[in-house]
Amino acid sequence: MTVTDRPSIADQPRYDCRDAYVETLAQLAEADHRIVGVVNDSVGSSKLNSFRKAFPDRLINVGIAEQDMVGVASGLANGGRIPFVSAASCFLTARALEQIKADVAYSNTNVKLCGMSPGVAYGELGPTHHSVEDIAWLRAIDGIRIIVPADPIETAAALRWAAASEGPVFIRVSRMSVPKVYSDDYEFRLGKAITVRDGNDVTVISNGTVLWRALAAAERLAEEGISTRVLSMPTVKPLDTDAVVAAARETAGIVTAEEAVTAGGLGGAVAETVVQHHPARVSILGFPEFAPTGSAGYLLDRYGLSPEGIADAARKLVMTGK
Amino acid sequence: MTLTVEHATLPVLGRLPAHSSRTEQIAHIAEAAKQIRIQDLKLVHYAGAGHIGGDYSAIDILATLYGAVLDISPATVDDPERDRFILSKGHVAGALYTTLAAFGFLPVEELATFLKPLSALNGHPNRTKVAGVEANTGPLGHGLPIAVGHALSAKLDVSMRRTYVLVGDGELQEGSNWEAMMAASQYQLDRLTVIVDRNRLQQGATTKETNDLDPLPEKAAAFGFAVVEVNGHDHGELLDVLSAVPFRPGKPTFVIAHTHKGHPISFMSNNVAWHHRVPDDAEFAQALKELS
Ligand SMILES: Cc1ncc(C[n+]2csc(CCOP(=O)(O)OP(=O)(O)O)c2C)c(N)n1
Repeated sequence: MTVTDRPSIADQPRYDCRDAYVETLAQLAEADHRIVGVVNDSVGSSKLNSFRKAFPDRLINVGIAEQDMVGVASGLANGGRIPFVSAASCFLTARALEQIKADVAYSNTNVKLCGMSPGVAYGELGPTHHSVEDIAWLRAIDGIRIIVPADPIETAAALRWAAASEGPVFIRVSRMSVPKVYSDDYEFRLGKAITVRDGNDVTVISNGTVLWRALAAAERLAEEGISTRVLSMPTVKPLDTDAVVAAARETAGIVTAEEAVTAGGLGGAVAETVVQHHPARVSILGFPEFAPTGSAGYLLDRYGLSPEGIADAARKLVMTGK
Repeated sequence: MTLTVEHATLPVLGRLPAHSSRTEQIAHIAEAAKQIRIQDLKLVHYAGAGHIGGDYSAIDILATLYGAVLDISPATVDDPERDRFILSKGHVAGALYTTLAAFGFLPVEELATFLKPLSALNGHPNRTKVAGVEANTGPLGHGLPIAVGHALSAKLDVSMRRTYVLVGDGELQEGSNWEAMMAASQYQLDRLTVIVDRNRLQQGATTKETNDLDPLPEKAAAFGFAVVEVNGHDHGELLDVLSAVPFRPGKPTFVIAHTHKGHPISFMSNNVAWHHRVPDDAEFAQALKELS
């Protein structure tokens, strides 16, 4: 299922997941008249111009008003529509957090929240535009499934799954270009980790734009004779606790690597699981502070989310391990 | 292409003596606005990013405020009694940094670090890094509530200091602005001036097509503001209205500054594509020619 037999994941062609997002959304909308888009002056940044052309009255632009946007989406769902809210993840999750909690999660409305350009994708635009807290915030809210796709194939698969399943979902859609990690027959399964590379010395659990970097780290470690298990964890909530516990039991420790804060994200979810079920060493990579000025690539490298940084963290666990 | 100190060519203009005539003030503001536009163009072109359309619609307002209105100088940048200017449409940080440099708050050479790794000059302003910045804006709809809070603190201090906040017109679609406006009028904050950069464009389209604001003057008046409309590129009109505080005793002021995004560049003006487009070499040369 996975594509690890290629020379190096780092040398593969790169894709902007927003392209898979709009293409899939248009197919879904074509097949199901209930599907509508809801945006906040974010037609261009969500790449939805073609969607607007195809379905002019099914793209609702409330203007620069995120609280309104999520409230309106909840009402649309109440009326039988399936709204895909499409907005920069930072404003969608921060500004409309109470609407997400009360109108979407607590009310259990069929709203699909699509957080565009999450993580540090906005680079130089700074911490106001970085969306690294979104996963932690939404994890704290009951009833939202949280999905962080790693490539265009997983983005499309997760979107199709979301359209077909009832209830609140949050999906991150990255603008940062990534290589394909999955093959075309990939099928998204909620709450299931995917072993994208097997290994028994140490485990890296990752998702989103960082997953290919974790695979590249594993390639490097293999050259040193370290066998790395790479678990793709597209669903942060509900977490695949069995896969996490198995990794804790079978390898020297777990590195989590994600484009998110180090408190309360995938790393937090893994740590909570390990501590309660099978205490093991966990090294959490992510952003521990408001990032300084810099491009997305610069910031990922700076905070250890480069292949070298992830390999360093894994190596440390192996050196001091079992 | 990289931005270097060679591209930081802005002359430091500073302020005219207080007794200067209105004509002298207007000429000074005009020169500042021109130099700020030239420098900002270089920042965006060589850094390869920025929001030049919104920068250019706001620069005459910024030049007027810093050039002749605000009671603030590099020496008083931390003085509790300084006037406050809050840039709510934080995406035009490049215009703010350039203005601050033109009036001596920021070394001109530092402009060459715009958007570079670890630079204080982020894509959105950071008050903890840049002297003269009052609020860390970027998410729209934050500046006006902060301005109301500052105006309230001045009122509690029985101080004469004034508060100005510049908001985008698209930005006014955020409900937080209207909540803050109700509070401003409730507390009769007549030393608060809200300036709307009324360029009628937002990120992806016109405000009218997106979520129309009109009738904006009537709305602001209904929210308890004294409303004034000016040509936001006319330094004399801006100087007169921004200097008149309070404009109507007992009421906060709402200045609708009619502007054009990208003004005065022929191919940028009033063109939504220039929200965050970066001029290529030919466009850069053309814009520079039009400005000089
Ligand atoms: C809360 C929030 N939502 C969305 C954005 C993205 N955004 C940045 S600028 C902009 C358009 C702003 O339009 P306007 O206020 O009219 O500014 P101007 O056209 O003068 O640049 C948008 C939607 C944002 N910065 N903050």
